[in-house]
Amino acid sequence: MTKKLTGDNIFKVVAGIVAASALVILLVTAYVLVTGSTLVFGRFGLSFLTSSSWNPVEGREVFGLLPYILGTLVTSGIALLIGVPLSLGIAIFLVEMSPRRVRVPVSYLVELLAAVPSVIYGLWGIFVLRFWVLNNLEKPLNTYLGWIPAFSGTPFGLDTFTAGIILAIMIIPTVASVSREVLSAVPNSIREGAYSIGATKWEVIRHWVLSYGRSGIFGAIILGLGRAVGETMAVTMVIGNATGPNALPTTLFKPGQTLPSLIANGFIESPDALQKSAFVGAGLVLLAISIIINIAAYFLVTRLLKVKGGAVE
Amino acid sequence: MMNSYGFRRFKNRFFFVLCMVCVIVAVVPLLSILFEVIARGASQINWKFLTENSLLGGIGPAIQGTLIIIGLTSVVGIPIGVLSGVYLAEFGQNKYASVLRTISDVLTEFPSIVVGITAFSVIIVGVTKTYSPLAGAFALSFILIPIVARTTEESLKLVPNSSREAALALGAHKWRSTISVVLPSARSGLVTGTLLAVSRIAGETAPLLFTILGNNYFFQGFNQPMDALPLRIFSNSRQPSPELQAQAWGAALILILIVLALNVGVRLASRGKLRG
Repeated sequence: MTKKLTGDNIFKVVAGIVAASALVILLVTAYVLVTGSTLVFGRFGLSFLTSSSWNPVEGREVFGLLPYILGTLVTSGIALLIGVPLSLGIAIFLVEMSPRRVRVPVSYLVELLAAVPSVIYGLWGIFVLRFWVLNNLEKPLNTYLGWIPAFSGTPFGLDTFTAGIILAIMIIPTVASVSREVLSAVPNSIREGAYSIGATKWEVIRHWVLSYGRSGIFGAIILGLGRAVGETMAVTMVIGNATGPNALPTTLFKPGQTLPSLIANGFIESPDALQKSAFVGAGLVLLAISIIINIAAYFLVTRLLKVKGGAVE
Repeated sequence: MMNSYGFRRFKNRFFFVLCMVCVIVAVVPLLSILFEVIARGASQINWKFLTENSLLGGIGPAIQGTLIIIGLTSVVGIPIGVLSGVYLAEFGQNKYASVLRTISDVLTEFPSIVVGITAFSVIIVGVTKTYSPLAGAFALSFILIPIVARTTEESLKLVPNSSREAALALGAHKWRSTISVVLPSARSGLVTGTLLAVSRIAGETAPLLFTILGNNYFFQGFNQPMDALPLRIFSNSRQPSPELQAQAWGAALILILIVLALNVGVRLASRGKLRG
């Protein structure tokens, strides 16, 4: 059975082919990263993931990603620890508490945070945030809590801690705006039911609204994590860029490195094939982490919004 | 009593204030960034700074490069993105489309540095053999296409089905109804979404590091490195010279003006004339 060559069929087929561009982008990227990193994985195997050494000297090359994987996890962890409570507070304020004429400008300001290019966060990080963090957070933490390994060392300002702080600021618009949508999707009948048995506004939010939107908020947090893991420029500019065993995040107050900042710093200057392959391998690991995170977030968020669609219609 | 009404009232108050504090804590960095960029950048801005090449202390090549890269990326990325979105919205009730939709969602959150590696390996190693604005546009369109596709789909879905049915009832073909009825009705959403996507790639830096590299001179052809504002900010911020650092702030001011103009303009436009 052959379809007739009508305008409609041509339109549908052409649009369908163009729409495959997303698939092509994914496949090309995956292909480039996998073929590009076979060299380094073939040479070092799994120790590429678990070793801390980074030695590009010819004849004695060793490459290991462990410090940068840990650096990525630690900076993203700090970002979530600080950014998520703030974002939830903002979302709750916007959905449950603010009068309408405050809501619009505030949500606009929060969205503007997302519009600022990452390289400008970095510039601000180097010349402004760094000193503020150093004097108001790092020095006091080091003085009073320096016996905790994470806060030991000599605070300098361009380190893992500052990178975490800047990431915390950068994930706020993502986490806050998705959580806001999740909270707005909670049906009013839930709130009314809770009020009717005498709960205060905060109790309604804490025990009913937040638990109803639990999975969506979890999705928002994971989306924020995805942002933090992949963020490159701002982190590269403030993290101090250590390599090798020095980059292991043994304390927050020393220069570190994440997977994206490692690539941003070294990829273009790496002269030989093996080193280039090591950077591509770092990209592959980063991509794998990012895809897993985003697929998880995708299912959590869309599942919730489907429930919302069902309730509305 | 921990559960007395008074204590519960106090807790209610306390968390209300706490949430307000969260908002303030989030807005302070934004205001600080805007303030610093304006305060430190404005003193740099003069005619020479905007038009000379970088060896003479200007950011002319960076401004020109950013406009070129935005233009190239838009020319490639917007038509592909919009047509993909049309497919997803108008013919998207099948397995193939839902797979593409998921992939697009994942792609919008791709780490941009990875896209830089891809463009380097495919375009520079494979095709041009030199750093090239084309490779930069290629990388940025990887970021632009999925965003435009998804926002197009979302805005087309808002067009009521009765409009489509009315067009079909008048005897129009599906393609005709899509082009003449559905797309024009969704134009406000389309313009808004597309411009927001463009404003996002305007500030994108990481993929440009490996593709256009940076240059002190004005555009020199499609087989030569090119400058761009984000690259200029990044490289100057790492220089020890206070003059170059000050230039980074000037460049940041211009970049943020471009990005904010796109953002704010879009919001004003979508609230005003374009809607309806």
